[in-house]
Amino acid sequence: MKVHEYQAKNLLRDYGIPVPRGEVAATPEEARKVAAKLAGRVVVKAQIHAGGRGKGGGIKTASSPDETYAAARSIIGMQLVTHQTGPEGKRVRRVLVEEASAVRRELYLSLVVDRSRGKECVVFMASEAGGMDIEQVAATAPEKIVRCSVHPVVGVSPFQARKLSVSMALDAPQSGQLAEICRNLYRLFLEKDCSLLEINPLAVTAQGQLLALDTKANFDDDGLYRHPEIRELRDADEEEPLEIAARSTSVNYVKLDGNVGCMVNGAGLAMTTMDLIKLAGGEPANFLDVGGSASPEQIEKAFRILTSDPGVKCILINVFGGVLRCDRVSAGLIQAAENIEMKLPMVVRLQGTNVEEGRRMLRESGLKFTVADGLYEAAQKAVSLIG
Amino acid sequence: MAILLDKTSRIVIQGITGSEGSFHTRESVKLGTKVVAGVTPGKGGKDLDGIPVYDRVIDAVQKQGANVSGIYTPAAFAPDAIFEAIEAGIGLIVCLTEGLPVLEMIKVKQALKGSGSRLIGPNCPGITTPGVGKVGFMPNFIHREGDVGVVSRSGTLTYEMIWQLTELGIGQSTSVGIGGDPIVGSGFIDILELFQKDPQTEAIVMIGEIGGTAEEEAAEFIQGHVTKPVISFVAGQTAPPGRRMGHAGAIISNGKGTAEEKFKALERAGVTVEKNPAEIGRRVQEILKAMPCSIPRG
Repeated sequence: MKVHEYQAKNLLRDYGIPVPRGEVAATPEEARKVAAKLAGRVVVKAQIHAGGRGKGGGIKTASSPDETYAAARSIIGMQLVTHQTGPEGKRVRRVLVEEASAVRRELYLSLVVDRSRGKECVVFMASEAGGMDIEQVAATAPEKIVRCSVHPVVGVSPFQARKLSVSMALDAPQSGQLAEICRNLYRLFLEKDCSLLEINPLAVTAQGQLLALDTKANFDDDGLYRHPEIRELRDADEEEPLEIAARSTSVNYVKLDGNVGCMVNGAGLAMTTMDLIKLAGGEPANFLDVGGSASPEQIEKAFRILTSDPGVKCILINVFGGVLRCDRVSAGLIQAAENIEMKLPMVVRLQGTNVEEGRRMLRESGLKFTVADGLYEAAQKAVSLIG
Repeated sequence: MAILLDKTSRIVIQGITGSEGSFHTRESVKLGTKVVAGVTPGKGGKDLDGIPVYDRVIDAVQKQGANVSGIYTPAAFAPDAIFEAIEAGIGLIVCLTEGLPVLEMIKVKQALKGSGSRLIGPNCPGITTPGVGKVGFMPNFIHREGDVGVVSRSGTLTYEMIWQLTELGIGQSTSVGIGGDPIVGSGFIDILELFQKDPQTEAIVMIGEIGGTAEEEAAEFIQGHVTKPVISFVAGQTAPPGRRMGHAGAIISNGKGTAEEKFKALERAGVTVEKNPAEIGRRVQEILKAMPCSIPRG
């Protein structure tokens, strides 16, 4: 799960990591008030779940409350396009107004999980080349990125913080500040089940202080059950409405841009079905995994999600019955057909547990659909139905 | 011989009284699996169709000689169940549960180091050795005894692959689902190593998916250590970057972990790569036919 910059900064603040003073504002008037309170130059930053906001015109500076009002007015409501949003951009609903800082140097510091074999742990990544995409640094100057694995039992050792500060060419007082930031960042990572914490840039101010100018925090979806306070930070406006509907029915759904909608049981088979659609010359409209133990109700809901995507021109149902029996899938489809007007052509491929019963139910239901036996055949038929 | 599960396996099911646990225990018994005990804290003294239920794993070990555990406990309690199984000296632990936080798995990996336990999963369909039994929820009817080893990060896609083999008359030595999480107990390499050593296994089907570098690491291992033919498919060629495709581990991040890269690495390692998953069974058939035949095949 992703959160906004202002939410991530609130967390950093709670954990004693220095961030600029500032507040979030949903209207230009609120932004003016925040600027008046802060006094002096401020930065007005669009709050969307995507990077590259500055280049798209989503970050402006202002030297008075009136200027802040004007800046907020131009940003709030805009459709902000960055390299991470896609061409349609993202609507800005809030801005973060914070005090501007005089910056001497821009550094990079992050924490991620290293999932590679035998090294499973949390790892710091640091670089003296902050302020730009770390992927870009990794591609052009990989020697400027230093990694430092945190032993799960030992935690952050002082020598590791020293190693990072040497790589960032920090002086002694800053090195002490960095050690504290590292310890606190690691504590935050563990206590909130983060999957990524990134400070970029980590600024060295004109006064020689370290300051988290921009930050990003992602959370492990599987850890959310034990963090209601993090779940509350979810911003539904930033997500695809169909994906939100899917989550509430425990269906895994990711919207894509194609026209063959697919419903599959199991994540691996769902991805494979997408691949087969492409291989057959079509484009998948989504990833949809109804899970291993879907009820007819869940199948119906999944079907609703699928058909409410206007891009979908044909539907492909691919189920390998195991725990999820084919007759249950058929029952769900029949139930869906009774409640939703079915206008789209549909290809059904059932295999596995209770397949005969499932096929018989569909045949006798009067539902219009094309049967396929083979995995690839199903995808080919679906693609050909679009024409 | 097969791998992991064999005739000496005595299984305890942790979370046996839950709906998933009891359903799949019964299914596995139908397949002939030797389930000797169940564990559900607070339900000790009860039984499931005559299988004794204990409060603690150690009781199942001491009283019933359990040496393999299947875990169906809900995600919030699954790490504890794994630690308990390690502590009780269970040699093979199979965690079927989905949704364990990654940070819990980092602790689990620490606990496994230096222990005598091997973990399969979490978030996996388990292990089946045809003719011996299963731990997990692969459907009973898909298997057939034979000499092809199957290892996969997926669930239903694995069933699909096994079924393709079975329909062509090609049996399996053992099928292993290693799980779809970013951090799992045993990776491809661990299982490939076992298949390479197993005299029954003649060829290996390896099913990967996007995210992480497990397939690339496996490719390197195959090049150096696996002489048996490996046939491979990687799911997710059409997956968009930055999105989690159902499995927590199936995400392309910063352009790393794409199906394309994985296919390339496997190809370089001499693996037979098949991009159409509907053709895996036939590719295996071709390869087996071309091999000098040590065991008669159907």
